[in-house]
Amino acid sequence: MKAVLACLLCAAAVLSCRAAPAAEVSVAVAANFTAPMQKIAAEFERDTGHKVRLAFGATGKFYAQISNGAPFELFLAADDTTPAKLEQEGVAVAGSRFTYAIGRLVLWSAQPGVVDDRGEVLKRGAFAHLAVANPKTAPYGAAAMAVLRKLGVADALAPKLVTGENIAQTHQFVASGNAELGFLALSQVWVDGRLTGGSAWQVPAELHAPLRQDAVILAAGRDKPAARALADYLRGAKAAAIIKSYGYGL
Amino acid sequence: MSRAAAPAATGGIEARFRLAWPGFALEAALQLPARGVSALFGQSGSGKTSLLRCLAGLERARDGFLALRGEVWQDEARGLFVPTHRRPLGYVFQEASLFPHLSVRRNLEFGMRRVTAAERRVSLDHAIALLGIEPLLERMPERLSGGERQRVAIARALATSPRLLLMDEPLAALDAPRKAEILPYLERLHGELDIPVVYVSHAAEEVARLADHVVLLRDGRVQASGAIAEVLPRLDLPFARDEDAFVVVEAQVAAHDERFALTRLEFGGLPLWITGLDAPLGAQVRARVLARDVSLALAERHDSSILNVLPARVVSLDGASPGRTLVRLDCAGRALLARITTRSAVQLGIVPGMALFAQVKGVALLR
Amino acid sequence: MMSAVDFGAIRLTLELAAVTTAILLVIGTPVAWWLARTRSAFKGAVGAVVALPLVLPPTVIGFYLLVTMGPHGPIGELTQALGIGLLPFSFAGLVVGSVFYSLPFVVQPLQQAFEAIGERPLEVAATLRAGALDTFFSVVLPLARPGFVTAAVLGFAHTVGEFGVVLMIGGNIPDKTRVVSVQIYDHVEALEYAEAHWLSAGMVVFSFLVLLLLNRRKRGSAR
Repeated sequence: MKAVLACLLCAAAVLSCRAAPAAEVSVAVAANFTAPMQKIAAEFERDTGHKVRLAFGATGKFYAQISNGAPFELFLAADDTTPAKLEQEGVAVAGSRFTYAIGRLVLWSAQPGVVDDRGEVLKRGAFAHLAVANPKTAPYGAAAMAVLRKLGVADALAPKLVTGENIAQTHQFVASGNAELGFLALSQVWVDGRLTGGSAWQVPAELHAPLRQDAVILAAGRDKPAARALADYLRGAKAAAIIKSYGYGL
Repeated sequence: MSRAAAPAATGGIEARFRLAWPGFALEAALQLPARGVSALFGQSGSGKTSLLRCLAGLERARDGFLALRGEVWQDEARGLFVPTHRRPLGYVFQEASLFPHLSVRRNLEFGMRRVTAAERRVSLDHAIALLGIEPLLERMPERLSGGERQRVAIARALATSPRLLLMDEPLAALDAPRKAEILPYLERLHGELDIPVVYVSHAAEEVARLADHVVLLRDGRVQASGAIAEVLPRLDLPFARDEDAFVVVEAQVAAHDERFALTRLEFGGLPLWITGLDAPLGAQVRARVLARDVSLALAERHDSSILNVLPARVVSLDGASPGRTLVRLDCAGRALLARITTRSAVQLGIVPGMALFAQVKGVALLR
Repeated sequence: MMSAVDFGAIRLTLELAAVTTAILLVIGTPVAWWLARTRSAFKGAVGAVVALPLVLPPTVIGFYLLVTMGPHGPIGELTQALGIGLLPFSFAGLVVGSVFYSLPFVVQPLQQAFEAIGERPLEVAATLRAGALDTFFSVVLPLARPGFVTAAVLGFAHTVGEFGVVLMIGGNIPDKTRVVSVQIYDHVEALEYAEAHWLSAGMVVFSFLVLLLLNRRKRGSAR
């Protein structure tokens, strides 16, 4: 019995020793930031030796999970209101909030020539389905609805709207061709400064409220140097280059 | 339905089937009479039921021919096969197989309603009366006894006015009292309906009572086929070797003896006394004579208690079992079997062609 | 309390389940009959395909339906050639998805019911002059009735409870493809917990009643 206990203590000591320099950090990431975050995390792991666990999803769903005790240490939201709310509610570390990217909305079709570079296609309405993310829960969905209202086509197009549960599913609707076009995050169809395919209209930023995407350190990451390190890394030059290459503003 | 004259038309049933399963093959050619009951007799696994199912079309032999009274139901050489539901036949399964969701009456009507009015020759009332099932009509099958169910199943088959009635051991699933309950009904069918019946059985008792014609099956082949009075006494067949071997005697009621309560039957001009019968003079009856109840004497003796002593001639002999000898006799053209000890056979010097007397200890009336 | 949108979702869900169940009984009956009676070498494969929705995650079914019913998928090309247009984001598309998704819940009880009938009643019917179709309607259907009730109830209930497939191919259109389960999900996502409770509790009560009914029937028929 004593021997077993001794072994366990030794093992625990060894593990904790090793954990100190190379820790793990759990991150909840808004779906639109999936591709750049995978790249950034890989760079971060290589540079620091820390391990990053990424979960991607809708910001609204992460909010519900985090409020109910999900063990994420860092949260990269698709908007700026959710991190602020978490901070107010004391679930996030006060003063740790920062904007890591400014999202760009794009109207995209998997087929070339469908979307013109001024978005006139919306006014003509010659399509069956326009995909948007759920405006109630996804910031890109809310921004898309704002654009439609501003262009005065919201009511006309209402019957043609199909709603993805999040921006990733919305992309699936359009990429599979079931919806001819849809409002997506530019990062989903943009890599290294160019469109991955199809046709697109980069929606001018003044047509909707800015898609400020904020990150915040959560209560679970308060005393985790690795979480803080990753937050700092996101603000560094290496991350900035990756973020920009996906079409985000800074 | 296609009609064509069968080659070598018999007026009865002509059938040939070759059918193979793994481990079993049926290879049977048959000629059955157009009237009366033909029994398919044999041990289990001999192919009786398979043969019956071929006759019904429930099993399709890819090499097969079947004609009933010249009407061809199956001729694979011409690619002709009339499916079961287009054959005017009745089939009684071993278990009654009544439709559980239908009352007795609806069960009876099921087949009858699918027969055109022109084809109907047996009325529902007649079928009901024949099987004595009036009191059961409104019941559901689950509330019937085994014997009642089987009677309903037979009536249901009859109500379709079949031109051929096939019965697959209809009594096998029943206990002795239920069998006794149904046998008289089957005999009435025999008497009242002019349709050929093919009856599968492995019980010699049933065959003796019901059959006019017997087909003996063994390993999927026909071992013997003929009138019951001819087939049963054949020493080369297993019937004669049975412990309870017997022959069937068709006879006429000739006289009643009130004083001793006896009845005199006559067959081939010879008298046969039997316990008093309640049957009119001239009535046709069938009696059974067990081989072990017949003993032999070289002279006609009047000093014994045995009533029936008949002149006979020895046809052939055969060793039945160690110490026993079977003797086939000819009594006025009818075959009898006697089983005696081999020692007696030797002492009496019995040889084929010899004239002697058969002492018949017992005669049982079958019907 | 529940809003008009919630009631719309309930009505849509019931419509979807009713239409799906009706179609499934029509399609499922011959499939189950074939599975119950065939000696074909394909029996195992067909049975496995029918049972696939039991084990596949609904998202897999939804994803493949989205792709195959899309403009470049085989079903999509067929429906476009027939002039029906594309099925995703439509009620018809949900019906197609639901039919596939709930198929085993209808086919399997029917298959079991058919198998339980056995060969004998069919042979008896044939000797009583009933042809194949006649036998099916006059003997098989009445004998398999409990199986049909079970199949219909399970098919209906399973379609009502469907979520993943609808989410993938529905596009969440009010009164067209937004069924109760999706509506609940939306309420939860939008932190409208009170509304989510009303609908969720309704689903719990509905499911309980369905299972209660089935158990009662089973006990009744066992007696």
